Amino acid sequence: MTTDSVRAAAPVARLADEFSKLPGIGPKTAPRLAFYLVRMPEEDALALAEAIVAVKERVVLCSVCYNIAETDLCIVCANPRRDRTRICVVEDALDVIALERTNIYRGLYHVLHGVISPQNGIGPEDLHIRPLLDRLQADDIEEIILAINPNLEGDATSMYIQQLISPFGVRITSLARGLPVGGDLEYADDITLGRAIEGRQEL
Amino acid sequence: MSRFRTYRTEGVVVRQMPLGEADRILTLCSPDKGKVRAVAKGVRRMKSRFGGHLELLNRASVAVSMGRNLDTINEASAINTYGGIRADLRRVSRAMYIAELVDGFSMEGNGNREMYALLLRALTWLENASNLDLLLRWFEIRLLDVTGYTPELVHCVECRAWLKPGDHLFVCESGGAICPNCRAESSGALLPLPMNTMKTLRFIQRELAFDKVEALTVPEGIRKDMERLLRTYIRHIAEREVRSAEFVSLTV
Ligand SMILES: [Zn+2]
Ligand SMILES: [Zn+2]
Repeated sequence: MTTDSVRAAAPVARLADEFSKLPGIGPKTAPRLAFYLVRMPEEDALALAEAIVAVKERVVLCSVCYNIAETDLCIVCANPRRDRTRICVVEDALDVIALERTNIYRGLYHVLHGVISPQNGIGPEDLHIRPLLDRLQADDIEEIILAINPNLEGDATSMYIQQLISPFGVRITSLARGLPVGGDLEYADDITLGRAIEGRQEL
Repeated sequence: MSRFRTYRTEGVVVRQMPLGEADRILTLCSPDKGKVRAVAKGVRRMKSRFGGHLELLNRASVAVSMGRNLDTINEASAINTYGGIRADLRRVSRAMYIAELVDGFSMEGNGNREMYALLLRALTWLENASNLDLLLRWFEIRLLDVTGYTPELVHCVECRAWLKPGDHLFVCESGGAICPNCRAESSGALLPLPMNTMKTLRFIQRELAFDKVEALTVPEGIRKDMERLLRTYIRHIAEREVRSAEFVSLTV
C-alpha cells in the first residue's frame, strides 16, 4: 500500500490487499473500495460478507454441464422448457451468462472451464471434454455449437473437440466470425477480416 | 531517465497468459531485444484496438513503453498471421511446440537474429509442409545450432576421434556421440544412436532449408529414435519438459 493512512490502519490495509487480488482492481481502486467499506452501514457490509461466504459454500458445478449451480443441476439444465437436442460449448460460466442475455438461444450448455494451452500447462484432459462425449453418447443430441473464444488456443480447442465428436454424426456449428459491432474495416487485422469475408451472408 | 521510455521492435508472439479481466501478458521473441514480456491492456475485449494483431504466433511490429515491472504494448500491427497454420489443428499444435521451444531458448535483453530468422522460416514452412514431424526435427536441430548447443555427431565428444561407421551412443551431458573407447569412462546417461539415425541427423544438420529434408523418406524407427534423442537432449538443456509435446502427440 502506498498512502500513510492505509499503512496506519492494518485492517483496512488487509482488506485493500484482498481487493487487489480481484480482476480489474488496481492499486488505486483497492484502497478506495476498502475505505468505502469503512464508511458503509454495518448491515450492508455484513450482507456483502455473507454473500461472499455463500458463494463459496453454496455454489457448485452442475453435474451435467459444469455451469455454476446451487443444486445438482444448474437453472438451465433444470428448466424443462429448454431444447435438449442442442448443446452450446463455452469456455467458462460467464459466457453462459453472456449468451443467456441475448434471449435467443434456448438449448443447453457445456462449460469447459478453460481452453487448451499447453504452454500454460493446460491440456485437453484438464478440461471437461470427456463428460461432453458422455452426454453425446447418452442423450439425443442433434447439434453441438462450438462457442469458444476465437483466438488460437480457443480455435485449437474447438478443432480438437470437433475431431472427437465428428464420429457421433451430430451437426457441428460454430458462432459466426467477423467484425465486432462498432469496428472499422481499416483497423481490422487479417485474421478477423479474412474470416469476415469467408463468413459473408446473403442479403 | 525520462518517465516514458518507449521503443519499437518486431517480434513473434510465442506465449500469452491471461491477466486480470481483459489483459494479457505476452511474450514476444524479437530479433534485437530477445525475449520481450509486455502487457497488452484490454486485448481480450471485443472492441480492443489491438484486434487480432497480437494473436499467439503472429509476427507483429510493436511500440512498447518500459515500466518498472512490466513493459506495456502501446501499438501493434500484424506483419504475418500465418493463416496456413491456423485452420489445421496438426499445424497449430506443432506451432505451439515451436513457440514453446523459442520461448525457452530466448533471453531477455539479448537478441538472437539467427534464432529469429529460423523461427520465421519454420512458421512459413509449417504453413504448407506435408511432413510435419520431420519439420519439427529439422527445427530442433537448427535451433540447437543457432543457440550454441549443436550436437556433435562427427567426432567423439570426449577424445575428438572420428566416429567410425557403426552404432554409437549419445551423451546429453556432453552434447554429442562418444566412441567405444570413451564409453566405459562416461558417467552420463547414454542414449542409443544407431548408425542410420546418426546419418539422418547429420544430413539434417547440414541443411539450412527444409526442402531437401522434407524430400527424405525416413523409416519409422529412425523417426522415433531422432524424436527421443532430441527431446531428451533439449529437456537436459532446458532443464524442463516441453509441455506442448503431449498435445502434438494427440494431434496426428
Ligand atoms: Zn447444467
Ligand atoms: Zn572417444
